[in-house]
Formats: sequence, structure tokens, C-alpha cells
Amino acid sequence: MLGKTAGGLFWMFRYLERAENIARLVEAGWRIALTRSGDAENEWQSVVTTAGMRPAYSQKYDDFDSAHVINFLLRDPDNASSVMSAMNAARSNARLVRTALSSEVWEAVNECWMAVKAALARPVTERNLAEVLSTIRTRSAVVRGALHGTMLRNEIYNFCRMGTFLERSDNTARILDVKYYVLLPSASFVGTSMDNAQWENILRSVSAERSFSWLNGGDTTPQGIAQFLILDRRVPRSMAFCCAKTREQLSHLEGEYGTRQPSQTMADDMCRCYDQPIAAIFDQGLHEFLKASIRDTAALAQQIEQDFRFYG
Amino acid sequence: MDKQSRFFDEMFDSAGAARQPYARYNEWFQTEDIRHLRRKSEEAEAFFRRIGITFNVYGQQEADERLIPFDVVPRIISAREWSRLEEGIAQRVRAINAFLHDIYHRQEILRAGRVPVELIARNEAFLPQMIGVNPPGGVYTHIVGTDLVRTGDNEFYVLEDNARTPSGVSYMLENRETMLQMFPELFTRLKVRPVSSYPQNLRRSLSDCAPPAFNGDKPEVAVLTPGIHNSAYFEHAFLADQMGAELVESHDLKIMDGRVCMRTTRGYTPIDVLYRRIDDDYLDPLNFNPNSLLGVPGIMDVYRAGGITLANAPGTGIADDKALYSYMPDIVEFYTGEKSILQNVPTWRCSEADSLKYVLDHLSELVVKEVHGSGGYGMLVGPAASKRELARFEKKLRARPSNYIAQPTLALSTVPIMTKRGLAPRHVDLRPFVLVSPNKVQITPGGLTRVALKEGSLVVNSSQGGGTKDTWVLGD
Repeated sequence: MLGKTAGGLFWMFRYLERAENIARLVEAGWRIALTRSGDAENEWQSVVTTAGMRPAYSQKYDDFDSAHVINFLLRDPDNASSVMSAMNAARSNARLVRTALSSEVWEAVNECWMAVKAALARPVTERNLAEVLSTIRTRSAVVRGALHGTMLRNEIYNFCRMGTFLERSDNTARILDVKYYVLLPSASFVGTSMDNAQWENILRSVSAERSFSWLNGGDTTPQGIAQFLILDRRVPRSMAFCCAKTREQLSHLEGEYGTRQPSQTMADDMCRCYDQPIAAIFDQGLHEFLKASIRDTAALAQQIEQDFRFYG
Repeated sequence: MDKQSRFFDEMFDSAGAARQPYARYNEWFQTEDIRHLRRKSEEAEAFFRRIGITFNVYGQQEADERLIPFDVVPRIISAREWSRLEEGIAQRVRAINAFLHDIYHRQEILRAGRVPVELIARNEAFLPQMIGVNPPGGVYTHIVGTDLVRTGDNEFYVLEDNARTPSGVSYMLENRETMLQMFPELFTRLKVRPVSSYPQNLRRSLSDCAPPAFNGDKPEVAVLTPGIHNSAYFEHAFLADQMGAELVESHDLKIMDGRVCMRTTRGYTPIDVLYRRIDDDYLDPLNFNPNSLLGVPGIMDVYRAGGITLANAPGTGIADDKALYSYMPDIVEFYTGEKSILQNVPTWRCSEADSLKYVLDHLSELVVKEVHGSGGYGMLVGPAASKRELARFEKKLRARPSNYIAQPTLALSTVPIMTKRGLAPRHVDLRPFVLVSPNKVQITPGGLTRVALKEGSLVVNSSQGGGTKDTWVLGD
């Protein structure tokens, strides 16, 4: 396979994952704005920060008005990470690697792009936000379904999946890092309504509020949530799960190519970080742990890019 | 109806009865509800958008991906008509390959005085870099798209030979796919010859021309595209996909050990046959246009040394040059010893004083084309031009007469299209696709029918508002 094609697949799925994650953040933020009007501005501010769009946003707006934030995150062409920008980039990568995709996957991406483009053609209002978000969610799900249902389990699939998991791991780490202070034991006003809302929002941002309570029976402690999102390998958006999956793809490639690359060693090392109890992570500092993880994920992505000759 | 009667309609005769090739289609059509068919037209458009059969229009930012309008009424050709066309095209394509070999070797046709020397020597499409080069398998034009027009029952003319990098074959294939989905019942009633094996045939035909340096068991074939912003990118990706070949851009390629290699996830792999969809001029900045970013520096040297096959060979443009076109009947006769089966459109070469005078005197009746132009740009359709346009063109023509040729305005045949008010005749042309391998000339039964959607218009180019139709060649 061409190095360029591997890179195109990797980025196509990174961008699709990004579009979905941004939509999920908006959904969580919107929920807070609906239920707790007093905190709305704060909450939107942290959503913008989590999305990594604070500098770009501040250039355009002074406030964190929900209409501004929603439209900036979903459809602003000046925002390179808006859902629409990410969708454009995903589709443009898909065109580039079209020969490597099954026709089902290509059509699903193309239709996803058309539907999202139509949904985001005009400013999003409170009245149609739910519908817009649902379009993004269901259309992305169709792409994922087509990928699982129709693609060969070969190198092509491996690069697609790595893009997804690296982006997702980065996203979960960022959500936790922006809110890490509410998870610190020192800040545990357990039982106050503010904390509950914050926790709930963290879980909602990764679509895991139901699975968390199913597993923990409503017992929300800071450690419990951190353990769940960082270390629990049953959770498809946990950092440990994403790391294990990335390593799995890399070892497939190692088997198929018959050579071991530096990225494979890096992934092994990274996965080992998740083999410690959550208390140990809190001891060394949650913020430091998350920062290191974000940095390592970026380094791994770069190493993969180099090992498999994405750009020459 | 009288206004149309001066044109030959392929579906209906002057009494309004269906001609023989359309008889069974017409029977079906008469039982169909027009509204239902119109709905089908809309479905077709949605289908094309969904699978992304679009083309990019240069110089337009936002709405940069456009659809070529598709018409649901097929263009039907009988088995008898087709076999004659097939014979004529094969003859012409063989002659073109023999001509190219000759013109880059002994130049016997020039010595025999059948084609003037200066027409070749001063022609930009003639590449001195190709002199003495023997393309693998002796094939120059692996892929040809011969443009034909029809003016009467048995009158077909060759308009252009398109021996460089003809495009449009993906539309031939996708148009058929669309028709099969929309009207499966028609394909059980009429024996329509399939076109779907084109990509496999293309791959085989390219593989048969592997270069001397090839030493594996299956030649590595790749398609070279200028990139996703090229107007025909969809087609490049489509063909690579259907052939199971890699789609490469210049920055994926590097010359190593006398081979052209592509950068893969496991390192560099040599390419044996490169189906390149970029023009000669951009192919190699070291040997041709030094400003090209699309090409591969030094690829011509690898080619000359037998390290790679380029399809089509560089320098084939000399064979489809418009200034040379008028010599085609002579060229066919010179190399095949037979009279040309297909007719050439009578052509005035404006470089000749007598012809220029005639053309200037009859400008409003003629079609005048630039010798090197394509895509319908820079051409004058006399009967449709205003006085001012004629005057302006006359100036250009006097300034550089050798840059132009002129032809009579042909009474192009029509085939009905589906409009809001039902069927209405529109002018069409036909581009069948030809594959040439060392021992075979293969023509896919059918091709791309382009149709001028505007009433009365004779310009079928998609860049000028033309559409396409599926082309059916009937079995015996």
C-alpha cells in the first residue's frame, strides 16, 4: 500500500472521530445549559477549552454565549476543527484513498458529508440543534458500520482503526484534563449539586453516563470516574482501551510486514502505564499523568507517520 | 417537426415511427408513464451524487464539484452498424500506431511526400525525445477514444482521434450501472452487449506491454493522477480501483536503480506500467516543462532505457493533432494499403492560402477550430455566432492562419432526451474506447454518448453544458 494512502486512511478516521467528539461535547454542554442556566457560560467556556479551540474562539468572540459557541464548534469555516471542517477534511481524505475503501465505506462517508453539509448549511438554532446532532451521530455510525461490515481485516483496516483510537484517546484525556480539578480528592464536595453536574457532564461528553451507572450502581466518586475513563478496558472510550486497540493494530502490521518498528515499542510502553491502580495515578498527580499521556499519544502518532512513510 | 427534419434522428424516422434498433425500446417506452420516467431521472441524479461521480470545474471555488447531467433515454446502435464502426476504428487505430512508429523512426511517410515535412518538424506535439525510442510491445496508443459523429443512416465521420489521454470511460461504465439499476427489465428484453469488462481488459492490455526491466510474475500497474483537484480525478480513482492498481501522484514516486518506484508503507516498490493521466508537457520537468510539479524528474530517461512503460507513450499527440487530421485518409491508406473505412470531415487548412480565402469568405457557415485546442474552448461555430463574434474571429484568423482549421457545420444526428414535456431531439456524438496491446485492438461495444442538452445546440462538451447517455450496442 502507498504510504500516502496509509496516511489518508489514518487521517480520514481521525477527522471522523474528531467530528463526532466535537458533536458530543456540544451535546453535553447543551444539556448543562438547559438544566443549569446559571453555569451555562462557564460550562461553554470549558467545552471550548476541551475542544482545544480557545485561542481561535477568543479571536472572534468575547463572550461564551451558547449560540456563538454552538455555531463556532459545529459549522464555522474559520474554525479548522469545527464539525464541518473536520467532515470536509475526512471526506477529502476519503477521496484521496478511495481506491483503498470498499464502495460501501466510500458511499457512507460521501453521504455522511452531504447530510452534515446540508444540516449545517444555515446557523444552528435551539430548535434544530438536537436534529443536527443526531444527523452527525447517526451518519458517522453508518460509516463505522460499513467499515466493520465490509472491509478486509488487513493493513488498510489497521490504519483506519489507529486513526480512530489515537484521536479518541486524545479526546478522552483532554476532557479529563480540563475537569481534572473536580476529580481531585481535595476538591471533593461530595454530594453538592455542582459536582454531580460536573461529573455527569464528563461522562456525557464521552457518551458513557449510562454505562457508568450500570457498572457502578450510581456510586459516583472521583476515583471511580477516573478509573472508569482511564483504566477500564471494557469502556470503548477509555484511554486504556484506546491504547490496547492501537497496539493491537500495530502488532497486526508487525505480523503482516514481518518487521518491528519503533512505533510498536512505543505503544507497548504506553500501554504499560495503564497497568497501575488508579490510586497510584492520583499519587503522582492526575494532571501530570494526563499531560504526559496527551504528549505520548502525539509522539506515537508522529512515529507511526514516520515508520509507515505517510509523507516520504 | 419541420425544423428538426433537416437532421437525422436516430430513434424516429421522418414519419415518426421508431427505427429498427429502437423498435423494442419504443414498445416498452410507449407503455411507460412519463411522470414515472421523470422521477427516474431525479433518482439517477441522486445516485450519481451519492457515489460521487462528479467533475471539478476549473476556476470555481465553492460549487467545485459538478455532475454531468445524465439522460435516461439510451442511445442504441444495431449490431450491423457497430460491426462496421468497429472495423473502421480498428483500422484507423492500427494506422495511427504505424504512423507514430514511422514518424519517430524512418519517417517514410514524409519521404514519400504524403505528409508535408514542416507539419511535423514545426509541430509542438512532435517530441524529438521520442526519436528512435521503441515503446514496449511496439504500442504507442494503449488507450484511444475516437470521437465520431453521425449525419445519416450509414454516415459516420471521425471528428477527432484522441490519442493522448482520452477521458470519459468512467461515465460509460457508471451510466450503464445506473441504467441497470433503474431499468433492469429493459436489459432482459433487449440484448445489450455488456461494457463492464473494460477495467479488466485495460489491466490486461497494459500488463501485456510490460517493459524489458519487468521480471516478476505480475506486472505492477499504477495510475498517475495530477491529484484530487484535477477535473477528471474521479475517473482516475475509479479506474485504479476497478483495475486493482495503485493511484499515485508525483510525490509518491522516486527514481531508484533505474526504475520508477512508489513509496509504500514497507518501502519503495518498482512500477512496471504507468497509466499516466497527465500531459506530455508535465510528465518530466527534466526533459519537458521545467516548471511542472506534477511530473517525475528523469522518468523519460528511465522510459528510454526500458525501465518502465508509459501509457500512452509520450509524443502520441502528433497523431491527433488537428493540423494533421486532414491527412488521416492518406495515413490510413499508406500504412494499411486499404481505403479508410470511416470518413474524415472535409477540412480546410487555413495555413494554405486558397483554403484561408475560402474560409474567410464562408466564415458564417463553418466551424473553425484551433489546431491545438480541446474541450470546445477557442472554437467558432459560424452559424451560431453574432456579427461581432465573426468579425473578432476573422482578425484572429488573419493574424495566425496556421493556428486554425475549418470544417463544414455537420448536420449532427439527434437522439431524443427526456424533458419536462416528454421526448425532444438533441444532437449527440459518440466516443468509443479502444484498447491496444501488442497483438490486439479491442473496442468496448458502446462508449460515451455526449448530448447537447440545449435545443439546437451542436456543442456536446460537458464543460459547455453537455450531458451524457448510456450507449447500447445490440447483440445479433
